[in-house]
Amino acid sequence: MSNKDSFGRTLIFVLVVCLVCSVIVAGAAVGLKPLQTANKLLDKQTKILEASGMLEKAGKDITGTYEKYVEAKLLDLNTGEFVEGDVIAYDQRLAALSAETSIKPVNDIAKINRRANQTVVYLVKDDAGKTDTVILEMRGSGLWSMMYAFVGLSTDLNTVKSVIYYDQGETPGLGGEIENPNWKALWEGKKLFNSNGDIAIKVVKGGAKPGDVHGVDGLSGATLTANGVEDTFTFWLGEEGYGPFIAKYRNGGL
Amino acid sequence: MADSQAMKKALWGPILDNNPIGLQVLGICSALAVTGSMQKALIMTIAVTLVCAFSNLFISMIRNQIPNAVRIIVQMAVIASLVILVDQVLKAFAYEMSKELSVYVGLIITNCIVMGRAEAYAMKEPPLMSFIDGIGNGIGYGAMLMAVAFIRELLSKGSLFDVEILPLIQNGGWYQGNGLLVLPFSSFFVIGLIIWAIRQYKPEQVEKD
Repeated sequence: MSNKDSFGRTLIFVLVVCLVCSVIVAGAAVGLKPLQTANKLLDKQTKILEASGMLEKAGKDITGTYEKYVEAKLLDLNTGEFVEGDVIAYDQRLAALSAETSIKPVNDIAKINRRANQTVVYLVKDDAGKTDTVILEMRGSGLWSMMYAFVGLSTDLNTVKSVIYYDQGETPGLGGEIENPNWKALWEGKKLFNSNGDIAIKVVKGGAKPGDVHGVDGLSGATLTANGVEDTFTFWLGEEGYGPFIAKYRNGGL
Repeated sequence: MADSQAMKKALWGPILDNNPIGLQVLGICSALAVTGSMQKALIMTIAVTLVCAFSNLFISMIRNQIPNAVRIIVQMAVIASLVILVDQVLKAFAYEMSKELSVYVGLIITNCIVMGRAEAYAMKEPPLMSFIDGIGNGIGYGAMLMAVAFIRELLSKGSLFDVEILPLIQNGGWYQGNGLLVLPFSSFFVIGLIIWAIRQYKPEQVEKD
């Protein structure tokens, strides 16, 4: 047995390798952290601007436009009231993990498992500073994955402006088409509630009838994903979602 | 020892003569996963090439010191550290891409090519040659990946590098995308056909019964 294969030598060698590797890895993780956080924030702001229809107007200046027009507010879902809080630090996905900051919905049709008590609502202003679009975060299970979306509504909290799915793992080419611009464009102008105030929005398999303000065409080959989208809306517009908030503000006041 | 002839062979050989996927049949797993679009395949190629080259380099540098009993674990530690580095750099400088590739970057660790070259080549050869061998195998892997991605993306999404070539019906065009080629396992067929084509061209690669 040569010297390098002795027990002590092996132990020392392994320790040194581990030490060097961990220093390099930790150094990279810490050193690049600020850039990574900035990227995440920029990505989110881009999606929010997309949902508000201002992405083209913003051009390259995402952060500037976002800060000028978008106001993020923390909302208590149980009461439907805005509350004070740090919207940048608040992480809904994290809050949904703890029993203290989230509930288990009784009627969990969107299969989200736990729902955080608070969420961030984005109020997009026009040039005069008046709220023009309200952006709500929604999520729900599709066929394979949790699908995360920003939904842009007019201030009547009934008319859809945009539905932007920004994180999903559905089958590319089938369910993944919920990110297709042509399908997203179908949502514009749809009404979420009927004249009685009941949730009426539907994703219709085989295509919605012309002039149906509550129906969006389904996706061929992706019925289960489309059902997931419909369930997502039904849940989040309901009592355990944004129901209380919508009831309070649907007649104005935002 | 490291004359230019040998270097050339180490660098360009893996494309056709000794392709890591085609002949060595390594790295199939990631070749299935990331060949849905050309752009993903390209980023994956760059990442694997870098990891493979530098892991070969570092392992070759310490090859005479590595105790035999723990050599695989040491190789893993070096490779894993490099992969985490690549992942962190992607997150910092190419965020969109890192979101797309997410888990696959982590899976470079288990990419057989990287380990295979470390164990088969870098443990015996000097650093410079090992480095070149790593780049060469990265290029060979990439060549195969790009070929598969070319076929899959063109026929399934009608585009190359996300540039529309064949307008799809759902976007108002005439081309019906091939749903089978969207799914990762369809790469098996494409890779199989490519291996067949290479072996027709170079019959010496055919295994004897």
